[in-house]
Amino acid sequence: MTIVPVIKRDYITKLAEQGKRIDGRSFEQYRNIEIETKVVNKAEGSARVKIGNTQVLVGIKIDLGEPFPDSPNMGVLSTAAELIPLASPDFESGPPREDAIELARVVDRGVRESQVVDVEKLVITPGEKVWIVFIDIHILDYDGNLFDAASLGALAALSTTTIPAKRFEEQLPEEFPKEDFPLPMSEPPISCTAVKINDFVLFDPCFDEEIIADARLTVATDHKGDIRAMQKGLSGSFSKEEIQKVIKGALDNGQEIRKKLYQSTGK
Amino acid sequence: MKSDIELITSEGKRLDGRGPHDLRKIKIEAGVLHRADGSCYLEWGGNKVLVAVYGPREAVPRHTQNPLKAIVQARYNMAAFSVEDRKRPGPDRRSVEISKVISEALEKVILIDQFPRASIDVNIEVLDAEAGTRCAGLTAAGVALVDAGIPMRDIPVACAAGKIGGQVVLDLGKEEDNFGDADLPVAISPRTGEVLLLQMDGHLTFDEFDQAFNLALKGCHAVSEIQKKAIMLKYQSVAAEVQE
Repeated sequence: MTIVPVIKRDYITKLAEQGKRIDGRSFEQYRNIEIETKVVNKAEGSARVKIGNTQVLVGIKIDLGEPFPDSPNMGVLSTAAELIPLASPDFESGPPREDAIELARVVDRGVRESQVVDVEKLVITPGEKVWIVFIDIHILDYDGNLFDAASLGALAALSTTTIPAKRFEEQLPEEFPKEDFPLPMSEPPISCTAVKINDFVLFDPCFDEEIIADARLTVATDHKGDIRAMQKGLSGSFSKEEIQKVIKGALDNGQEIRKKLYQSTGK
Repeated sequence: MKSDIELITSEGKRLDGRGPHDLRKIKIEAGVLHRADGSCYLEWGGNKVLVAVYGPREAVPRHTQNPLKAIVQARYNMAAFSVEDRKRPGPDRRSVEISKVISEALEKVILIDQFPRASIDVNIEVLDAEAGTRCAGLTAAGVALVDAGIPMRDIPVACAAGKIGGQVVLDLGKEEDNFGDADLPVAISPRTGEVLLLQMDGHLTFDEFDQAFNLALKGCHAVSEIQKKAIMLKYQSVAAEVQE
């Protein structure tokens, strides 16, 4: 690590002591969020999400395949993330590394465990043929908080996804309807991330805040106000009070973000 | 697979309604990314391409450095969701080849002697693909290099011509690329007319090649004007902000 983050750390903590952040936000406040859906024609569903300068594109592709042996009555979800070198001077090409895999897995867990996609409705012939949903996350511009941008992007893209039954007509059993239909979805959980710098907890960290953060916590909450997934990252620690503070902030911000998601997907 | 569909009528009308010498609709926007040193978003028909330029910066690993000049590393990559059947992420033989010919084309116009030991990285991401992505990628790369302030002799530009249903036409679309007779992507330095990239597949007579090549050059010059407009638009607004 070079000297620049050390200087920035000094600056960011001094501001935090006065209750301020480098871009003028309050500690709990998110940057401006923009969601645009159906941006890729070739994809079965897609969305571009901007949180401040961070930009993520998520595309959904649907294919036919076999279910996993331990879940013959469920369709398959597969999530992959690429930190492509386009997005940051520090990203390199090549197979996905630690960071990309953690990101993909956290998004995957948010989608899978919350059962936002009804995988049981993706079965064509139990044990033999199911729909496979590929969620591909493309990071376009990295200015911090990829976790929230990527999971929001995945949800927005999934909400606009159509199963292209007509295109696979010849490979489907006779009794299966050949009309395209929307991906069966239920209420989405929203992920909110906060970082800890010294004793300050800041939501939606930008890049400069993220690289000097001691610890990070992502909390996904649903429309009833329940917690659906969590992930703590980095080598710093949280106290119990700080965790409660993050959960509370995640609930408040989650409500606002959910409204934006509904607006953009028309639901 | 040969198709029975008529790609072009005897009056010269194509599937998407274009005449033989018409380009698809092109939209170019410069400077769209925050972290990149230079960037460009380009839509060309159904193609959507995003390019980010980083550099000149130290080339790593060190053995790739050239003590006399900069290296130009273009990386052409297709998003998994950019095509009909999901593409496995990561480089394949096709994208490695395209990256190589684009790198070489850009190297010719960039003043690489000014940056010994450095690397100029051009990341080309195809987000939505519909025939002619290499031309779209190279054209967007030209604008992104300008946006990054990389010194160049000229702004490189590319356009393809080809042959469908026995007629020579400009800028092949999706079906025309799949079922046509020949495809001829060309990249030039528009100021001097030097050819930077040239590939062909299919079948052309000498005369047809001549026709197609001249048509591609005309296409390149037309696209070049759109590139310049996009750059002017970005920097006129920057200039206006500075004056305020």
